[in-house]
Amino acid sequence: MKYDIIVVGGGHAGCEAAYASAKQGFSTALVTSNIKNIADMPCNPSIGGTAKGIVVREIDALGGLMGRVADKSHLQIKMLNSGKGPAVKSLRAQGDKVIYPQNMVKELKGLKSLAIIEAMVEDLLIEEEAIKGIVTDSGDKMFCDALILTTGTYLKSKILVGSTSKSEGPHGEKSSKHLSDTLKKWGFEIQRLKTGTPQRLDPETINYDLLTEELGDETPWTFSFDLEPLYDPKEQKKCYLVYTNEETHQIIRDNLAKSAMYGGYAEGIGPRYCPSIEDKVVRFGDKERHQLFLEPESEYYPDLYLQGFSTSMPEDVQEKMVHSLKGLENARILKYAYAIEYDAINPLQLKPSLETKLIKNLYTAGQINGTSGYEEAAGQGLIAGINAGLKLKGKEPLILKRNESYIGVLIDDLVTKGTKEPYRLLTSRAEYRLILRHDNADLRLRKYGYEVGIVDKEQYDRLLKKEKEIESLLQELQEVKINNRNVKEEILTCLGISRLEIGLSAYQLLKRPQMNIVLLEHYLKGKYTKEILEIVEIMVKYEGYISKTNREVEKMIKLEKKKIPADIDYDKIRNLASEARQKLKQIQPETIAQATRISGVNPTDISILTVYLKKEYGKE
Amino acid sequence: MNENICAISTALGVGAISIVRASGPEVIMIANEIFEGKDLTQVPSHTIHYGYIVENKEKIDEVLVSVMRAPKTFTMEDVVEINCHGGIATTHRVLEALLLHGCRMAEPGEFSKKGFLNGRIDLTEAEGINDLIASETEEARKYAMNLVGGNLKAIIQKSRDVLVSLDAELEVNFDFPEEADNPEITHDKLKTALLHIKEDLEKLIASSKEGKLLKNGIDIAILGKPNVGKSSILNHLLDEKKAIVTDIAGTTRDIVEGTTTLSGIKINLLDTAGLRETEDIVEKIGVDKSKDIVTKADLVLYVLNNNEEIDDKELEYIHSLKNVQKILFINKNDLESKIDKSVLNRDEVAEGNTLTPNGLDQLKERIVSLFHLNEIKGKNYNFLSNARQTALAKKAYASIESAITSVEEFMPFEMIAVDIKNAFDELGEIIGVTYKEELLDELFSKFCLGK
Repeated sequence: MKYDIIVVGGGHAGCEAAYASAKQGFSTALVTSNIKNIADMPCNPSIGGTAKGIVVREIDALGGLMGRVADKSHLQIKMLNSGKGPAVKSLRAQGDKVIYPQNMVKELKGLKSLAIIEAMVEDLLIEEEAIKGIVTDSGDKMFCDALILTTGTYLKSKILVGSTSKSEGPHGEKSSKHLSDTLKKWGFEIQRLKTGTPQRLDPETINYDLLTEELGDETPWTFSFDLEPLYDPKEQKKCYLVYTNEETHQIIRDNLAKSAMYGGYAEGIGPRYCPSIEDKVVRFGDKERHQLFLEPESEYYPDLYLQGFSTSMPEDVQEKMVHSLKGLENARILKYAYAIEYDAINPLQLKPSLETKLIKNLYTAGQINGTSGYEEAAGQGLIAGINAGLKLKGKEPLILKRNESYIGVLIDDLVTKGTKEPYRLLTSRAEYRLILRHDNADLRLRKYGYEVGIVDKEQYDRLLKKEKEIESLLQELQEVKINNRNVKEEILTCLGISRLEIGLSAYQLLKRPQMNIVLLEHYLKGKYTKEILEIVEIMVKYEGYISKTNREVEKMIKLEKKKIPADIDYDKIRNLASEARQKLKQIQPETIAQATRISGVNPTDISILTVYLKKEYGKE
Repeated sequence: MNENICAISTALGVGAISIVRASGPEVIMIANEIFEGKDLTQVPSHTIHYGYIVENKEKIDEVLVSVMRAPKTFTMEDVVEINCHGGIATTHRVLEALLLHGCRMAEPGEFSKKGFLNGRIDLTEAEGINDLIASETEEARKYAMNLVGGNLKAIIQKSRDVLVSLDAELEVNFDFPEEADNPEITHDKLKTALLHIKEDLEKLIASSKEGKLLKNGIDIAILGKPNVGKSSILNHLLDEKKAIVTDIAGTTRDIVEGTTTLSGIKINLLDTAGLRETEDIVEKIGVDKSKDIVTKADLVLYVLNNNEEIDDKELEYIHSLKNVQKILFINKNDLESKIDKSVLNRDEVAEGNTLTPNGLDQLKERIVSLFHLNEIKGKNYNFLSNARQTALAKKAYASIESAITSVEEFMPFEMIAVDIKNAFDELGEIIGVTYKEELLDELFSKFCLGK
């Protein structure tokens, strides 16, 4: 069989990649070892979260699936950080682990040019350093012009519980035993990473009276820019807060040697931001308690997910640990926590398009690139799918800049800095955070999705309408004059003054920190949605900060325009520090801006490089 | 980059020893050709050797030669330093000998440029070394040395450390909003920390003014009617310290008449000839050159004759000298006083004469106290040395101020984080750890790089 594009893996990266490929009109095969596990959520049930929620919106803006599938499949949703500022706000939903995959499969099945095939891939067909196809474990060959690997944690995965380990993926699925060796053979650097997942508990055995409830927001939300809320906020499922105590910590300390991590049974490197409970207890010994969450996984089966309690302790110790928690004294463990180790490639071997530097037309996305998280995987999958398609069309790849999206920040970090631990997006990784907001993801990205043909005309028109409304509201605010004669009492109260000394435009008034745009609605001719009011309020109120960010962006863009020729020979540049030379050779940055972000390349090296470019390649 | 360069690296005329420095791949061989003593190509690195510089069999000077091999040198190339003892003329001949044997004359700042491009020093340090090369007084040299040593770096780094930990506290709350144990951040707490940084930056910027004095010296314009003794005051000031009249590249000031030092700080006496020789100074007021000098000077020294009354026109002129530092010096105080001192601002008056041995002491003391010269001298030399650094420090200061305003207006934390990050980056640029386009522009303009 021959396809234009084959996607290996049916997780969150694979689904988006396959969708983007098929949607561009390419005959596409999604090859997965188990069709039942497409869009599976093997770890936590949430979609979104800080920074990640913005990624979901970016995926939606580009025409991807995650946002709209999540909107149809969640048990609870809330806006995080609503009090700390507009750009750090982010949506998080508790997805239904049964419904989410069903809705995802429904979307994929709606694509005529997409075939879903069940097979385990164990080898690659490569000719003249270009990908030609795959070989399955039964020896069947499938051919393609471009291949996207989204194998998640399935490369040589190993499940660790205490001192026992099994070579299998999540849910006892078989893992790919040879694919990472094939990659290694072709020159890929393979690193061993680790992540973990906590216990699942029986909801009938919990004493809820001792726990604190965590509710969803009363305001309804959607990730997608194209959907209205499809749920009743009052019907949302509850989550609960649980705390560890001194007894829990003592059990952990007494049994440290039995933990796979501390007992020396694990070799992979785990994420710092999502430590196992034994890590937390060891590293923050003086803390009296750690906070945990109890979250529902689905309406269709009982399991409650004990977020924050991931561990690689043996099962008998886990029993004791769970029962030491207030309210969980009699909890029945339905699934034990485990750690999982898997192979990943070094993302420094990728181009910003997510094509590998070593093998033409081979793309990788998701955990194989060293990231963690459904959203990070999906974002990369979408970009890999788009770029594989653009490559086959003979077009330039879509490379999102750091000032355009979190997905751009994520990919740039991966291919420029690499990662030694599973990489998670954080708002603090985005230096231009203020313009990468959840409210403007469509304004930033939808045009790209439309250009590549993933965003439909109808969706695109919605963007144009939004842009128009924003413009007209901004203009109205400028035109409306408010003075002592027409000022409303609430405005004075809000500003804490008794009269307006001078007349002001509504625009100027809105700039006041205390002012709320809702109080100005009365003066407006047009009728605007909450969404438009919010975005315009942010644009006006924080204009000064936004323009500061934009000035920084301009500096970066200037450096981004200084291209480094692909044929540059770093050995010819005298005086580069040896660490810088080695990093530059390995990473082959495409622009001076990218070079400045490489750790180990200091400003002096950049100066020397720039001087060399100027001498050897003329003005730019 | 591979050329052998050489230059006299001490200011001529200062001190008994002058150093001629050479750097490049062949400088040891070249020096050896003109050296009578040990075979310099065979000596260990970082050693000093006694001998003679010889040209055409003539011993030019008795010298000590330091040999330092790459890469542990300031330029990361082979370096030779020749300590000459024979005064200006012989030093020049030593330099010529090197030039004849294959070195070329270094451009101003070229040693630093090599050090910078070879990765030995960062931009601030290079700037410091440039200052060092151009420094003419001991105080200026100490100050430049401090830059090289990275003191400025340490001070700025301290503020950056505070900023980064403030930002980290904000960020952890943004990224992990549900962690119950996050550090609690309040507008009050932020404000206190930011005010501290503001104060530190304020000091740094204020001291950069003093830094300028150290580097460039104090420009003094001597004004006054004919025959009040301006020339003898000038000569006295110059004579006493054996005037150094310099023409070192980069410090040329066509209106400097003479230079001396006071309390270790350079004093430039500006040429006010145009003013001094005219019959009626008051008539000349407003004439371009004089006006120019008065505004350019750090200090106007207006000389009065103790033995002569002040007329109204002159008084009017004195009072018109606003917005300038001035000393009204009543000369010839050995003669009978005919001046009505009550019309003058007492704080601005100093008296003295050029006839008695310590006749100008009061004047000098006044200058020292006006410019806090003794304090500058005793201080740690942590100044921003040039316009680029000062501009960046001012930018960082503005960012901190803006952060404080945002805190006072209870703006959301992430807005405050914008300013905190900007300040952090701007300070980073001063010490060359943040890379921005402007740095490169500066670099190209400073070192004339590229084609």
